[in-house]
Amino acid sequence: MCESIFELNMQDDGIAVITIDLPGEAQNVLKPEFGEQVGEILEKLSDDISVKGVIIRSGKAGSFIAGADITVLNSVDTAEEAEEIAKTGQRLFTQLEKFKVPIVAAIDGACLGGGLELALACHGRIASDSSKTKLGLPEVQLGLLPGSGGTQRLPRLVGIPSALDMMLTGKQLFPKQAKKLGLVDEIVPAANLMKAATKRLHDLRKDRSMKKPWTYYLSLAGIKELLLEANPLGRNLVFNQARKTVDSKTKGNYPAPHKIIECVEKGYSQGFDAGLAVEAKNFGQLVVTPEAKALISIFFATTELKKDKGVEADVEAAKVDKVGVLGGGLMGSGIAYVSVDKAGKQVRVKDVSSKGINGALNYSWKIISKKMKRRIISPSDARNTMSYLTGSTDYKGFKDCDMIIEAVFEDLELKHQMVKDVEDNCAEKTIFATNTSSIPISKIAEGAKRPEQVVGLHYFSPVEKMPLLEIIKTEKTADWVIATCVALGKQQGKTPIVVNDGAGFYVNRILAPYVNEAGILLSEGVAIETLDKAMVKAGFPVGPITLLDEVGIDVATKVAPILQDAFGDRMETPKAFSKLLDDDRKGRKNNRGFYQYPAKGKKKQVDESVYQVLGVEPGKEVSSAEIAERGMLLMANEAARCLDEGIIRSARDGDVGAIFGIGFPPFHGGPFRYMDKRGIATIVDRLEHYQNLYGERFKPAKVLVKMKENQESFY
Amino acid sequence: MSETAAGKRARAKQDRVAIVSGLRTPFAKQATHFRGINAIELGKMVVNELMVRSELDPKLIERVIFGQVVILPEAPNIAREIVLGTPMNVHTDAYSVSRACATSFQTVASLADSISLGDVSIGIAGGADSSSVVPIGVSRKLQLALVDLQKAKTVGQKLSIIKGLRFKDLLPVPPAIKEYSTGMTMGENAEQMARDRGITREEQDALAHRSHTLAAQAWEEGKLDDEVMTAYAEPYTKEPLHRDNIVRFDSTLEGYAKLRPAFDRKYGTLTAANSTPLSDGASAVLMMKESQAKALGYEPQGYIKSYAFAAIEATHDMLMGPSYATPMALKKAKMQLKDLDLIDMHEAFAAQTISNIQAFGSTEFAKEKLGQRTKIGDIDMDKFNVLGGSLAYGHPFAATGTRMITQTLRELKRRGGGVGLTTACAAGGLGAAMILEVE
Repeated sequence: MCESIFELNMQDDGIAVITIDLPGEAQNVLKPEFGEQVGEILEKLSDDISVKGVIIRSGKAGSFIAGADITVLNSVDTAEEAEEIAKTGQRLFTQLEKFKVPIVAAIDGACLGGGLELALACHGRIASDSSKTKLGLPEVQLGLLPGSGGTQRLPRLVGIPSALDMMLTGKQLFPKQAKKLGLVDEIVPAANLMKAATKRLHDLRKDRSMKKPWTYYLSLAGIKELLLEANPLGRNLVFNQARKTVDSKTKGNYPAPHKIIECVEKGYSQGFDAGLAVEAKNFGQLVVTPEAKALISIFFATTELKKDKGVEADVEAAKVDKVGVLGGGLMGSGIAYVSVDKAGKQVRVKDVSSKGINGALNYSWKIISKKMKRRIISPSDARNTMSYLTGSTDYKGFKDCDMIIEAVFEDLELKHQMVKDVEDNCAEKTIFATNTSSIPISKIAEGAKRPEQVVGLHYFSPVEKMPLLEIIKTEKTADWVIATCVALGKQQGKTPIVVNDGAGFYVNRILAPYVNEAGILLSEGVAIETLDKAMVKAGFPVGPITLLDEVGIDVATKVAPILQDAFGDRMETPKAFSKLLDDDRKGRKNNRGFYQYPAKGKKKQVDESVYQVLGVEPGKEVSSAEIAERGMLLMANEAARCLDEGIIRSARDGDVGAIFGIGFPPFHGGPFRYMDKRGIATIVDRLEHYQNLYGERFKPAKVLVKMKENQESFY
Repeated sequence: MSETAAGKRARAKQDRVAIVSGLRTPFAKQATHFRGINAIELGKMVVNELMVRSELDPKLIERVIFGQVVILPEAPNIAREIVLGTPMNVHTDAYSVSRACATSFQTVASLADSISLGDVSIGIAGGADSSSVVPIGVSRKLQLALVDLQKAKTVGQKLSIIKGLRFKDLLPVPPAIKEYSTGMTMGENAEQMARDRGITREEQDALAHRSHTLAAQAWEEGKLDDEVMTAYAEPYTKEPLHRDNIVRFDSTLEGYAKLRPAFDRKYGTLTAANSTPLSDGASAVLMMKESQAKALGYEPQGYIKSYAFAAIEATHDMLMGPSYATPMALKKAKMQLKDLDLIDMHEAFAAQTISNIQAFGSTEFAKEKLGQRTKIGDIDMDKFNVLGGSLAYGHPFAATGTRMITQTLRELKRRGGGVGLTTACAAGGLGAAMILEVE
């Protein structure tokens, strides 16, 4: 008998405890071969008449089961194979559900995906109150659905609307939220988990089930349930609404959400078993979709990046206790927040005015106090965190900073002054990181006493939401400095990619031709809405013109000439754009851009007067397919050059950077996977097609032409 | 001859208690900038900033001694709350003391004792008070009833307890302003001192005007910038506070004459303007053993030479503490009043300050009250409260002592060193005096 990861323990009180412990791993994951092992245990238990109940727990403190092992899916070629995997899981969990005595899951730590489906098949669920305890079905984020009965059991436990919300967004619930939904029966401190689980077993044996009392149906929630869920008409309403929401969010680019809704719907109209059959079938179909493959590839890429130190050399990241932030503007405030609340560092903000410091403090307080109001953290925790964030208008209290991140105005002279200030006022070990989005780091490092400690940390706005951190090294940047930045970035909750110095680094460099193309189309008379809608339909979170307004037209026009200088005509911006700045249009920040920004509640609308400023008459028709293709091809073409020139270390980093930094449609898996998917030959052909029509900016990158000849692909 | 030399050497070797640096928040009038911010938050604010500015490893701080006068019932040990609520090291020991308006003289003295004894070598002392967040309680009757209700078993018993309450028993009760043991208010005490000594309204107003004028000047000359932090208060939407909002930057003598007496409405001479106002704020000092400070590369602001506390009659002339504590501290320092370069006296009321100035120069007072033949000494007004006093800055009770200590040390430094006295009266007939030296 091979070594089982399940340990069975019979207690004197007739309760069997099954402990799951995957050796050598930090988290438990479910693998197909475990089915047999569990089956054996259950068989053994069912023969034992002294068993009164079963508790399933994890042998790892702070981690229940993080999900199913998705590497299994890599070797799956057909939908039928995948369907069979789902059915195996379903059979096992049905066996659990129908077991002769009650089973309770004792959950401490992550209980996600297959882990939660297992817990759902149990008769009771007790969760610990630990901050590590999270429950959810995140399969949709991988383009999949919960394939082991989750689509059937979850709605029956928490109601259709809540179940759909959980499965369609993949959100993870805190213990308190899970208790409120009825997903778990009780929350207790981890040390009392077994006691509470035992008590729950006794209650279940005496059939003290937690059925809702009849008075519940007199409450608002009860009436709502009767109206919407307990009858086919009401259910139809719920499903139709869910489909509408899905369509408006996915633009039809992601198949999984509709499949999830179908599973739940069929489960109610045709019964539980029919629902399971649909679930397995849909799961099988989804596994082989290109969307799921792309999303899973991103998942693997980010998992790899989590283990990546950012440098080949065997260096240790320096310890960072205190971070100094220069500049209390939007970026500085955001960087201060993630450093203090996510990374738990002591942070000192410097700004020229106390108003700027107050603004930075307010920025963090707004986010932290929101968590406090939602009772995710206590008021004393909130204030304690805030005490790690202080500010000053001079360099008092900066000497012992391990790292300084400057986020001052984009001006080379000012940045040089910052380097000098830090050298004068901080320690020898202090790393100088610049959050520039346009100035090459080597230029900023010119004249630095310790250029090996100068590095770029390119954050994206809003810092607390955007997951990417672009770390830019120069030829001189020391390995330990990069490793330290990578470690800090991870602590700040970011996915860092390390890139080489060069105009626009990676993200802005591939973004520029894409935005420019929209600008060119606009100056040819294509309407602003048409452009934005085309890209949103293609899967970008916002359109390029909206992006310009959000980032700031003034910022964009500052970056553009730097790129044009470095890369020539292919980065040329439409000439009409300079007129925008003359008209004092900076974008959302001064409420003057391509769009009008009316007071709250109203939808933003295109500012028609902008056409006049640009000197164009809107009305030119270009299909959204062409608009999208032109933008994406240019972006991908430039990304290929970045890889070729060694700006990025790998196609993986390039894909992650584009998705997390720009919002490149995730279902394509990033620009490199997009090119691989369409075939390098097709990409080159399409680029040449547009090159003939619109000019040299579409000229395929040399590397692509070579890859076409050699019939190569990136992955 | 040789003995004296040996003694000198021994003294030189002896480690002094150094005050490395000091900081305070701006002081704000009751319910203005710090509305809703309690004393503990104020204490955290100032200690945290002091720590960050000192760039000292938190692990090295062995003890925090702090105090508040209006104690919050939910957290009486403010010192420990400060340690736990900031990036300080959890292993930093912390306790709290109360000595009314001289509280932070006591926290400094207690820490100095610990350092002299070799118990600790680095610590922080200070005080904080808020007049904007105060414990508002319930009436004595309601208090009794609530406790009785917990003990009552039957509904009947409970009802009879509730029946005994009247509507007025349910009204909230603000913190007492009367002293617990004497039943007198501080204003009444000061009014009595002014009355018995015949101190006029004009004299008092003139002192208040002097105080505000000197304080405003100190601010304008930037003398306080490095010892007063900018206060950023939750939710960080209000304009940050840079300076005390009590100091009158446009003080005119005529302005004071307009006010009506505040305590004795008929014949009184004390007004809101010649009494120190209720205020919010915090202050703290970082203290070390001299050798430790130097080993860490700090240049101390100054050293503690001596200190003394006195206790006197609490129903009559209660605020004369400085006149009793000062000669004791001078004696310990083996000095005379004329040896001092600066004198900083807490101005609770102009009347109290003037009463003490008179007593310092009175041989009669010395003979009768101190049992010494010579007077303490005439105060040279050019050395007295040269940057103004509590009448202008305000008086967040427990924060005043360390405000005065830091202010005096830095002023001595600006004058090229010397010796200064800081002294205060306190409720309950207490007095504090501390002599500081700067090289």
